[in-house]
Amino acid sequence: MSASISFATPKSTPRRPPPALEAGVLLWLRRNLFSSAYNTVLTVLALWALFVTIPDFIVWAFIEAVWWTDDPQACRDASGACWAVVVEKHRVMLFGTFPYEEHWRGVIAIALIVGMAIASAFKRLWSYWLFVAWLGVTAAVLVLLLGGVFGLTPTGTHQWGGLPLTLLMFVGTVVGGMPLAVFLALGRRSRLPAIKAMCVGFIEIVRGVPLITVLFMASLMFPLFMPEGVTINKFLRAQIGMILFFAAYAAEIVRGGLQAIPRGQYEAADAIGLSYWQKTNRIILPQALRIVLPALMNDIIRAFKNTTFVSIIGLFDVLGATATALEDPLWVLFALEAYTFIFVLYFVFCFSMSKYSEHVERDLSKGRNL
Amino acid sequence: MTEIGQATADTTLHGSSAAIVALRDVNKWYGDFHALRDVNLAVGRGEKVVICGPSGSGKSTMIRCINRLEEHQQGDIIVDGVELVPDFRRIEEVRRQVGMVFQNFNLFPHLTVMENLTLGPILVQEARQDEAEAAAMGLLKRVKIPEQAWKYPGQLSGGQQQRVAIARALMLKPKIMLFDEPTSALDPEMINEVLDVMVELAEEGMTMICVTHEMGFARKVADLVVFMDDGEVVEAAPPERFFSAPENERTKLFLSQILH
Ligand SMILES: Nc1ncnc2c1ncn2[C@@H]1O[C@H](COP(=O)(O)OP(=O)(O)OP(=O)(O)O)[C@@H](O)[C@H]1O
Ligand SMILES: [Mg+2]
Repeated sequence: MSASISFATPKSTPRRPPPALEAGVLLWLRRNLFSSAYNTVLTVLALWALFVTIPDFIVWAFIEAVWWTDDPQACRDASGACWAVVVEKHRVMLFGTFPYEEHWRGVIAIALIVGMAIASAFKRLWSYWLFVAWLGVTAAVLVLLLGGVFGLTPTGTHQWGGLPLTLLMFVGTVVGGMPLAVFLALGRRSRLPAIKAMCVGFIEIVRGVPLITVLFMASLMFPLFMPEGVTINKFLRAQIGMILFFAAYAAEIVRGGLQAIPRGQYEAADAIGLSYWQKTNRIILPQALRIVLPALMNDIIRAFKNTTFVSIIGLFDVLGATATALEDPLWVLFALEAYTFIFVLYFVFCFSMSKYSEHVERDLSKGRNL
Repeated sequence: MTEIGQATADTTLHGSSAAIVALRDVNKWYGDFHALRDVNLAVGRGEKVVICGPSGSGKSTMIRCINRLEEHQQGDIIVDGVELVPDFRRIEEVRRQVGMVFQNFNLFPHLTVMENLTLGPILVQEARQDEAEAAAMGLLKRVKIPEQAWKYPGQLSGGQQQRVAIARALMLKPKIMLFDEPTSALDPEMINEVLDVMVELAEEGMTMICVTHEMGFARKVADLVVFMDDGEVVEAAPPERFFSAPENERTKLFLSQILH
């Protein structure tokens, strides 16, 4: 016991950076790209593929590209991309058949919606007021696009098109679909069998068919149900179809959130005498929606991409408007460039939403209070 | 001191108007399982009743029937003069008279401590926000954590959370407080801070029905200790008699297990 062999030597050493190879670029390369023979082969193949495609792409997209001309012939003579088609046709692509001299209204509508979307990203602003603000912005956008008041020239929905139509359709889908989704989710958990059966039936039927079917049904069937003489316009019919489709999926996500709330939360709310709606609005939904926000963002992004389907039933969203723009025989050859622009546009919108949702998810997983 | 607190099969005692809570031959089933069997209990205004018994004996079920988190199927439950008949519509009104504290605190995690407290008065009593906040601050001082008012429940220790839960239940100025094992989810060093608050509350004259195995607390404040087993009230007596001279064999066995 007395002669112990254990010992420690006290010593003082200044801090210093780690040895170069251990944390440096080389180590990263070795670990991530060349860790095994198999990995090395894949890396070499990928590098080769990049080597073959990237230089050609750069030459096409940038070096030999024509950026600025109103003469399609100049584009045909060049070997690179013809971005001039986007410059030449951007008004039609972005605003479709909306009257040319009224495009400024479309610009304001886009700015309002994008601005509101950015504001919604700040957690500090999250409350039911945010939803009310969205209703307000939607109303303002409708006034801008419909005209007929405040001295604005009336522009019917048949004249709408391009990005304002896409964005309005998207916002309408989410703003109209979220409350419906919440009601469906609550209804699916209702103790009243009739309500429960209706909600389950609706959700399962809508989820059981493709969106395009819902849109065709909305545009062809609604008129049949309407009394003689009453017509709902095409935009509204498509909007209703989009809302129903979005709500059916979002309802299932919200239901997952409701199920994740412990029973004790319901009981505590009951014990202080809250009514069903007080309990739902103040205790259950705020928690459930926070939990499912990342999953909901997925559906919201999908709803954005789904707006392109309305071009099939004859509305001129950005995609439909671009197709119209390309009907010009002088520019019809440059569809690739025009669609690349649309691709980038969608990518920017969807990628920002998806990055944002990742950020929210990280916060949630840290157990922070949003 | 004459006591009204009684738990007995003798139903004649329940006519007494001094009882603020009365259960008469209450029966409750979960599906086929008979969870409460002819339970009788009367609690006098300002009195404290402690309920104990082995796990699964129906203590939570019984206490939860009093504010109707569970519905009983047979018998009468009268709370502050209101009879909880089947299909009772105005249960929210009764619940405002009855505060409840749970084993797992059940604070609302997305609200601050202050919001947890003021939510009830603002929503159900239409109190003004500043008045509700002043009242909340007063109660937080009473439970000795005024400095935690603007934190979220997740940032508090278990003992602090349970004290917030007690304050939240007191916000509606209830006439009756129900406690369902308020200290059994707490680490030992935090049990006393919660019991101290409960003792103070008892001394102020609150009517309390408390499921707990803290026998020190029962000795100190209880007017009546009730032992339940298997869905039945097995024995009920003032603490002196309950601990020194239990009559039923099951009570004796239970006491020998928890008192060592
Ligand atoms: N919701 C329910 N559905 C079915 N059975 C239940 C339900 N709640 C309780 N029980 C059963 O009823 C009996 C009494 O339960 P209760 O929770 O009242 O016991 P307890 O005395 O509070 O026990 P513990 O000390 O473990 O909290 C138990 O056998 C339990 O399994
Ligand atoms: Mg229990």
